[in-house]
Amino acid sequence: MSDYNMQILICGGTGCKASESEEIRNVFNDLLGEYLLEDEVQVVTTGCFGFCEKGPIIKVLPDNTFYVHVTPADVDEIIREHLVKGRQVERLLYRDPHSHEVIHDSKGMDFYKKQIRIALRNCGFIDPENIEEYIARDGYLALGRCLSEMTPEGVIDEIKKSGLRGRGGAGFPTGLKWEITSRSVADQKYVVCNADEGDPGAFMDRSILEGDPHSVIEAMTICGYCIGADKGLVYIRAEYPLAIQRLKVALDQARAYGLLGRNILGSTFGFDIELRYGAGAFVCGEETALIHSMEGSRGEPTVKPPFPAESGYLGKPTNVNNVETFANIPVIINKGAAWFSAIGTEKSKGTKVFALAGKINNVGLIEVPMGTTLREVVFDIGGGIKGGKKFKSVQTGGPSGGMLTTASLDTPIDYENLQAAGTMMGSGGMIVMDEDDCMVAIAKYYLEFTLEESCGKCTPCRIGNKRLFEILEKITAGNGKEEDIDKLRMLSHVIKDASLCGLGQSSPNPVLSTLAHFEDEYLAHIKQGRCPAGKCKALLKYVVVEDKCTGCTLCFRTCPVGAITGERRAPHFIDQALCIKCGICFEKCKFDAIELA
Amino acid sequence: MEIINLTIDNKPVVVKKGTTVLEAATSIGIHIPTLCYMKLEDLNIENRPGGCRVCVVEVKGRRNLAPACCTEATEGMEVNTHSIRAINARRTVMELILSDHPADCLVCPKSGNCDLQNMAHRMGIREIHYKGEQSSYRKDTSPAIIRDIDKCIMCRRCEMMCNEVQTVGVLSAINRGFNSVVAPAFEMNLDHSVCTYCGQCVAVCPTGALTEVDETGAVIRALSDPSKTVIVQTAPAVRAALGEEFGMEAGTLVTGKLVAALRRLGFDYVFDTDFAADLTIMEEGAELLNRLTRHLQGDPNVKLPILTSCCPAWVKFFEHQFPDLKDVPSTARSPQQMFGSIAKSYFAQQLGVRREDLVVVSIMPCVAKKYERGRDEFSVNNNPDVDYAITTRELAALIKISNIEFRALPNEEFDKPLGESTGAGVIFGTTGGVIEAAVRTAYEVYTGKELPRIDFHELRGMEGLRHATIDFNGLPLNIGIAHGLGNARRLLEDVRSGKSRFHAIEIMSCPGGCIGGGGQPYHHGNSEILVKRQQAIYREDSNKTIRKSHENPYIKKLYAEFLGAPLSEKSHHLLHTEYFDRTK
Repeated sequence: MSDYNMQILICGGTGCKASESEEIRNVFNDLLGEYLLEDEVQVVTTGCFGFCEKGPIIKVLPDNTFYVHVTPADVDEIIREHLVKGRQVERLLYRDPHSHEVIHDSKGMDFYKKQIRIALRNCGFIDPENIEEYIARDGYLALGRCLSEMTPEGVIDEIKKSGLRGRGGAGFPTGLKWEITSRSVADQKYVVCNADEGDPGAFMDRSILEGDPHSVIEAMTICGYCIGADKGLVYIRAEYPLAIQRLKVALDQARAYGLLGRNILGSTFGFDIELRYGAGAFVCGEETALIHSMEGSRGEPTVKPPFPAESGYLGKPTNVNNVETFANIPVIINKGAAWFSAIGTEKSKGTKVFALAGKINNVGLIEVPMGTTLREVVFDIGGGIKGGKKFKSVQTGGPSGGMLTTASLDTPIDYENLQAAGTMMGSGGMIVMDEDDCMVAIAKYYLEFTLEESCGKCTPCRIGNKRLFEILEKITAGNGKEEDIDKLRMLSHVIKDASLCGLGQSSPNPVLSTLAHFEDEYLAHIKQGRCPAGKCKALLKYVVVEDKCTGCTLCFRTCPVGAITGERRAPHFIDQALCIKCGICFEKCKFDAIELA
Repeated sequence: MEIINLTIDNKPVVVKKGTTVLEAATSIGIHIPTLCYMKLEDLNIENRPGGCRVCVVEVKGRRNLAPACCTEATEGMEVNTHSIRAINARRTVMELILSDHPADCLVCPKSGNCDLQNMAHRMGIREIHYKGEQSSYRKDTSPAIIRDIDKCIMCRRCEMMCNEVQTVGVLSAINRGFNSVVAPAFEMNLDHSVCTYCGQCVAVCPTGALTEVDETGAVIRALSDPSKTVIVQTAPAVRAALGEEFGMEAGTLVTGKLVAALRRLGFDYVFDTDFAADLTIMEEGAELLNRLTRHLQGDPNVKLPILTSCCPAWVKFFEHQFPDLKDVPSTARSPQQMFGSIAKSYFAQQLGVRREDLVVVSIMPCVAKKYERGRDEFSVNNNPDVDYAITTRELAALIKISNIEFRALPNEEFDKPLGESTGAGVIFGTTGGVIEAAVRTAYEVYTGKELPRIDFHELRGMEGLRHATIDFNGLPLNIGIAHGLGNARRLLEDVRSGKSRFHAIEIMSCPGGCIGGGGQPYHHGNSEILVKRQQAIYREDSNKTIRKSHENPYIKKLYAEFLGAPLSEKSHHLLHTEYFDRTK
C-alpha cells in the first residue's frame, strides 16, 4: 500500500457496480497509464461505502476526498485536476442538503458523523480481494491471539463479556450460543455462517461479504476453535454472485496463507470452510430450515428442541451465526470485551448495521451504536424525508417486524425497546414511510411476501396467513367490514401462538403493528370507503372540480380508457364506471381541476 | 432411567425422560387431538412433523403454545390442554384446515373413515370463520391409486411412508406457502414416476387425498352379465381383516362369512388365492432347490439368494431401483396371477367356457394388485388373466351396497378345486409366511424326510429385518426376511455388493406384510391391529389339517392332470414371468 503516493478507492459493492463503477475503474487504469501515473496512484476496488444514495462513490487518499455520483466521463477530470494539479473537482463533491455547503471529507457528513463502524470497519477501505490489505488492518490478528494466547473457554468468556447478541434478528447472546455448542460432545461439529439474508431491503450481510469477506472467515475460524469444530459452512444465497466470488477468492487466499487448513498459524488447530448455496428462500434464514437445506432436503424448519447446538447439520452439534455477528468477533478479540460493551445500551451492546431505505434522503447502509434514537437515524443520518414530506413511520424487522411511529422517534434503538414497541430488530432493514404510504397496503405487502415465502409446513402459517391476506385484500378493495378488524386480530394472535417457526410466529406482526398504530386508517377504508394515503386504487375517486376546469381537453386526450368526456371550454366529466384510477388526468391537469374525492 | 414429574390439566403424572407431552397425557387418559401425528408402535414407524398444530397445548411459562406431539415433557412442567387459549388456537387451526378443504364429505370415498372429519366432529366445529380461496389441483389417476390433492392437509404421513419407510421417494412436499402440497416431483403423474403402488400412502392418508382406484362398479356389472361366468379369489390377509369393516374385533377370522358373502354377491365360484399360494410354493420351492443344488455343485452361473416375487410393489420396486438384479428374484408369478392363469386355462377348460367369458375377480389386501393385473405379460390376446382386483375395503363396500348383513352370515366353504388350500397358503398373508411355507415344502422335497416340526417361530415376528438359519439335514439354509421396501433395499444392496450371505430372502412391501396392505381396513395409526391380524393368520394355519403346500390334494391333481411337474414347460408358460428394466 505504502509504495504509492495516492490511492483511488472505488466502491465495488453491488449497487455501485450496477452504476458502472467497474467501468470507472477501467477508465482510471487506462488514463493513469496515459498520464504516466500508474506507479504513483493505486486504484483499489473496495466494498460498499454505505452511502448508496450517492453512488458510484470514489474516495481519494491520502486527503480523503469523497466524490459522489461519479461517471466514467468524470475520470479524466479527476486525474487532471485532483491528482495532477491537486485541485478537488468541486462539482463532484458532496453538498449538504440543508446548508448546501460543499463537504469534501466523509467525516464531515451528517450521514457518517453519528456512525461507528465495527462490522463495516473495512467496507470501503480495503480491497476485499487482497488478503494483505485485510491483514494490514489487523486482520487475522485476533485469530493469532486466540490460537496462541487464549483457551477456547477464554475466548468464549470474552465474547460473553462483550455482550454481543445475534445480529440475525432474535438477539440470542452469541457467547452463550458458542458455549452451549462447545459443551456438546460429538466426533464432529460445524460452524455455520447464515448468509441467507432475505428481509426485503436489507443488504448488510451482502455488503460485509462483498467488502470484507476475511472478517467472516477469521471469525468462523475463531468460532471453530472455541466450539471444537474443524469445518465451517457458509450458507449463501445463489443470487449474491459477487459476494460468492469474493468469498471464494478470500477462502483461497486464506488457505494459501495457512490461515485455513491444518495447523493454522503453527498451532494444532485445523479448520476449513465450504460454501453452500441457497435458492433464496426466506425461510432458510431460520436455522433449522437452513440446516435442512444444506443437507439437501426441502428448506423447512423442524421443531426445536433439539437445537442445532445439540443436533444440527447432519445431526452434529452446529453453531449458526449470521454474517454481521461474525464480523464483530475479530474486533472484540482485538479491542477487548470492555471496549465493545462500553458501546450501546444496558442489554444491547455494540453497534447495529441498518439498511436505510424508503422515503428517505440518504438511502444506504449505516452502522450506529445501539441506543441511537430513531430520530437521529432518520433525520440526522438519513437526512430526513424525501421531498419534504411528513414522516409517518419506519418499518423495522422486515416481514416479521412492525411499525415505529413518531411516538417512538426518541426511543433508543435496541433489542428490548424495539420489542416493546411491537416490532423487532430483525436483520436490520429500516424502511421509512411518509404520509403517502397506506398502512393497510403496507401490511398487505408484507403479508404477501410471507405468503410466498412460507414453507407451507404448518397450518397457521400456510393457511392462516392466506386468510389474513384475503381479509386485507377485501379491505383495500373497499369491501371490508368492521368485524374484519376483530378477525384480523384474532387470527393474527393464533398464528403467532401456534405456528411452528419464527417465520410464522412473527408473520402477523405487520398486521398487528399497523392495527395498533393506524387502526383509524383501516376504519377509513372500511367505514368511509376511503384510503387516507390515496394508495388503494379501488377506493380512489377522481372527480373534476367544475369551477376550476377550463375545458382544455388535455385530460380527455390523455385518458387511456376514454373515461373522460366533455366539450371544449366546458367542464369535463369522469365516468367512474370506466375510470381505472391511473391518475394520469390528475397529474396532467394544469389547473388543479381534478382532485381525489 | 431418569424420571420426570409434570402436571397435565392439574393431574400429576410421572414419565420417563424423553416422553412427549402427548404420550404423557395419553398415559393418564387425557386425549389431546392429533392429525399429522401417527405412530405405528410395533413397526417403529413414526410421523411427527409438528405441522398440523392441532395438538397445541399451553405450557406455563412458555411464550407460545407447544405442539404436544413433539414437545418433550420436562421436570415441573405445567401443561393445560384445554385452556381457552389452547382450545381457541386448536379450533382456529382446524377451521383453517377446513377452509382449504373441499366440503364434499357426503360423497367422499373417505367419508366415515376420515381422520379430518372425525376430528372436526370431535372438536365440535360448526362454522368456518375464515373462508377464502381453496387449493385446486388436477386429479391424478393411476392404475391403482388416485391422488385428489385438493384434499391434502399436508400431514406428510404419505411422504414419510414413501421416503423413510419405503425409500421410494415419489411423494414429497412441493411448492411453497399456501400452494404447498404433497405430490410427485414437478407434479408429474404417479404412473410416470417410480411409484410401486404399494399403497402405504393410501393406508395412512387421513383424508380422501389418496385413495385406491374403485373397481366395485365394474364387478357389479360383470356379476349382472348373464353371458359371463364370474369367479372370485380371495387373498389370505383379507379373511383376517374384513370383519373390522363390520365392527368386529381386529384379528377376528371371518373366512366362512367371507365365502358366504361372496356367494350371496353372485359369484359363480368362490375360490381361494391360498390355493395359488400353494402352487407358488411348488414352483418357487422347486426353483430354490434347483438353484441351491446347482450352487452346491459349484455351478458359477447360478445366482443366490433367491428372492420371493409374490408382491407386485416389490417387483416394480426392483425393476426401477435394482434392474441389474432382475434375474435374482424367483420367476414365479404371484399367487394372484397364478390363480388367474390357471383359472383361465385349466378351469375354463373344465367348465368348457371361453376365457373371454370367464371373469376373474380378486379380493386383495393390496392396491398394487390392481396394477399387477394390468401388466401386459399377464394377458392372453388382450384378455387379462385377472379382470378386476378389488381391495378388502372395496369388498366391504360391495357387501354393504348389496344389503348383506355380514355379521349374521353363516360360515360356508370355498368351492373346489381352486378353493382348497393348506396352512402354508394362508400364512402368505404375513411377513415371514411365504418363506415359512417354502421351507415346509423345500425341506421335505430336499431331504426326502418329514419335517420334525411345522411351526418355524424363528421366521415370525414384526421386526423389519429378520434372519434365521434352518437346518436342512446338515445344510444350514440362511434365510433373510424384509418387510417395508426400505428394509428390502438394505438387503438388496448387500446382494448387489456381493455381501449377502442368504440363500433365500422373502420380501413384502408393506409393513407387516399383506395384513398391513394398502387395501386393508384403515388402521388409523394403531399398529396393534396389524399384530392381531398376524395372530389370526397363524391361527388359521394351525386350524388347517393340511399345512404343507405339496400335500394339497388339488395341487397334486393339477400337476397330474395339467401341468406335469413344477418348472415344466407348461408351468413356465403359465406360472412364471420375466422382469423389465424400468430405468429406461
